[in-house]
Amino acid sequence: MALLEVEDLKKYFVVKRGFFSRNTGQVRAVDGVSFTLERGKTLGLVGESGCGKTTLGRCILRLIEPTAGRTVFNGTDLGQLEGGALRRMRAGFQIIFQDPFSSLDPRMNVGQIIAEPLRNHLKLSSSEMRSRVADLMEKVGLHPRQMVRYPHEFSGGQRQRIGIARALALNPLAIICDEPVSALDVSIQAQVINLLARLQEELNLSYLFIAHDLSVVEHISDRVAVMYLGRIVELASDEQLYRNPLHPYSRALLAAVPVPDPEIKKEKILLEGDMPSSLSPPSGCAFHTRCPVRKEICIEQAPVLQDVGDGHRVACHFA
Amino acid sequence: MNPPEAPLLAVRNLHTRFHTLDGVVNAVDGVDFEVYPGETLGLVGESGCGKSVTAFSILQLLRCPPAEIQGQVEFEGVDLLGLDKEAVRRIRGGGISMIFQEPMTSLNPVLKIGEQIAEGVRVHKKMTHRQSRRWAVEMLRMVRISSPGSRARQYPHKFSGGMRQRAMIAMALSCRPRLILADEPTTALDVTIQAQVMELMQELKKEFNTAIVLITHDLGVIAEMASRVVVMYAGKIVEEAPVREIFKDPRHPYTRGLLGSIPVIGRKAETGRRLQEIPGVVPSPMEAPPGCRFHPRCSEALALCSTQPPPVIRLTDNRCVRCWLEAGDNEKKTSDFV
Repeated sequence: MALLEVEDLKKYFVVKRGFFSRNTGQVRAVDGVSFTLERGKTLGLVGESGCGKTTLGRCILRLIEPTAGRTVFNGTDLGQLEGGALRRMRAGFQIIFQDPFSSLDPRMNVGQIIAEPLRNHLKLSSSEMRSRVADLMEKVGLHPRQMVRYPHEFSGGQRQRIGIARALALNPLAIICDEPVSALDVSIQAQVINLLARLQEELNLSYLFIAHDLSVVEHISDRVAVMYLGRIVELASDEQLYRNPLHPYSRALLAAVPVPDPEIKKEKILLEGDMPSSLSPPSGCAFHTRCPVRKEICIEQAPVLQDVGDGHRVACHFA
Repeated sequence: MNPPEAPLLAVRNLHTRFHTLDGVVNAVDGVDFEVYPGETLGLVGESGCGKSVTAFSILQLLRCPPAEIQGQVEFEGVDLLGLDKEAVRRIRGGGISMIFQEPMTSLNPVLKIGEQIAEGVRVHKKMTHRQSRRWAVEMLRMVRISSPGSRARQYPHKFSGGMRQRAMIAMALSCRPRLILADEPTTALDVTIQAQVMELMQELKKEFNTAIVLITHDLGVIAEMASRVVVMYAGKIVEEAPVREIFKDPRHPYTRGLLGSIPVIGRKAETGRRLQEIPGVVPSPMEAPPGCRFHPRCSEALALCSTQPPPVIRLTDNRCVRCWLEAGDNEKKTSDFV
């Protein structure tokens, strides 16, 4: 059985305007997303800004309350949990945030930051706590001597390591990584990706890896989901998705990634225009306004995400 | 194959320092390069290596003090650093223009897009208000903005990120400059929009034969756009080469490290899940290591590297590298004089 099952998850943000705060519309940030994540595996979630990937991650952990849908983690329905039970569940399901500069409390030293989840969830003596924190710091490549230092004394890559140590403190089964390397330089990015890969092997962790960089996602993921305007348009193993993308949006995305090799002149698929606003998504298939192969049916009918063989799922009338 | 003609821009021994409360920061520390008419020179490096400061120093867009710029920046034979303010102003936007990274913050939010483009041509090309407004609409059409007439009358907040960057390009091109300094022009954009903007820049470059200095940390963008590449590390140029050669045969260990640390789509099967990493972090510009600045992170460092700054070794006509590994025995012996 899968460690995490997400079924038809939705999050609509209500837009209020005017003196009486009338509801004037809703933003369908996440609009019916379903997937599963196995133990020890990584599911990559790619999409451009505004596609709802971050909201999806937060809805799963109920950092944002979802509008509808079901999330089952390790056999428990997260929608049923409240208060203490919800907090206890989060011990096994952690998150690493994108911005290593704003996700650490500047007034706490590193030891306190990493110890905070331990203090909240376990009753440890202070010496046990110290040795636990020292272990964690070593595990992510920091020196325990740095325990008394403050976040501003660290570089971006090191701060991300602190965030990872904090997420690992309670021995979670799964971690949501929300753009963990996009704020980092390439040489540091490689260090953090390798660290995440190593920790996954050692601790049998599951990752939901949210990113906009397709090459990073390919590198770390076992399966990849492509999101567009709040929906998954394609979901497949990394090999299938990158070798044989079936959705025209996935194809365009992949073709748009610049290849660091001047000898390769690949065919570009240039999409017209920008992503439409999720306040007034297009009718039918949300991608039809930019799709190079659209037909009449795309404007009228929204395609469903269906299996086309080997667990390769795609939402397109022509795939 | 260097173009035989004279360089459009020649930067010689450029030093830019910032005098801060904590001490002197040597952001750019002796940089030399040339840009030839019509070429695209890529300037690559990680954050803090001095690539943006180099561009800002060329156009003197830094407040002095705290900044202090030394060296020569020859544009069409004239040293810009020796010019008075008024003369520099005529070059900015006229001869050399700049595309900034953040299309959100570099446009004026209280001026209409058309007006922002028109302002430049009025100053540099002595156009009337009516002419300049028509020109602005033409420029917006040129960067493929649909219904440019009504778009010119809108404010920047009505534009999406990609459209703002197009408007910036329109602005940069409006006076037909000979050189554009593009500082991370596509970094803030989504990949599909980045592809559109890169395509547009390529087309316009061909049409007007404008030279571009493309500053970026993204080696993929470099591979697709640049003809020559300069790699910077901690304020110094460590390698310079034509684009094909730098990707095929990188000679500086830092360049090799950079190329090894980027994940490339389709190469996972060959390389496995581990990426090659460069250990450690970029040194703080206030405490640059002695000798070669890269030696604490270099896996091939010699004993010499930690004490003597490496010389620039010319490998071929158009390639050079600043590394002891490429130096002959003679140079190593005479290193005391470098």
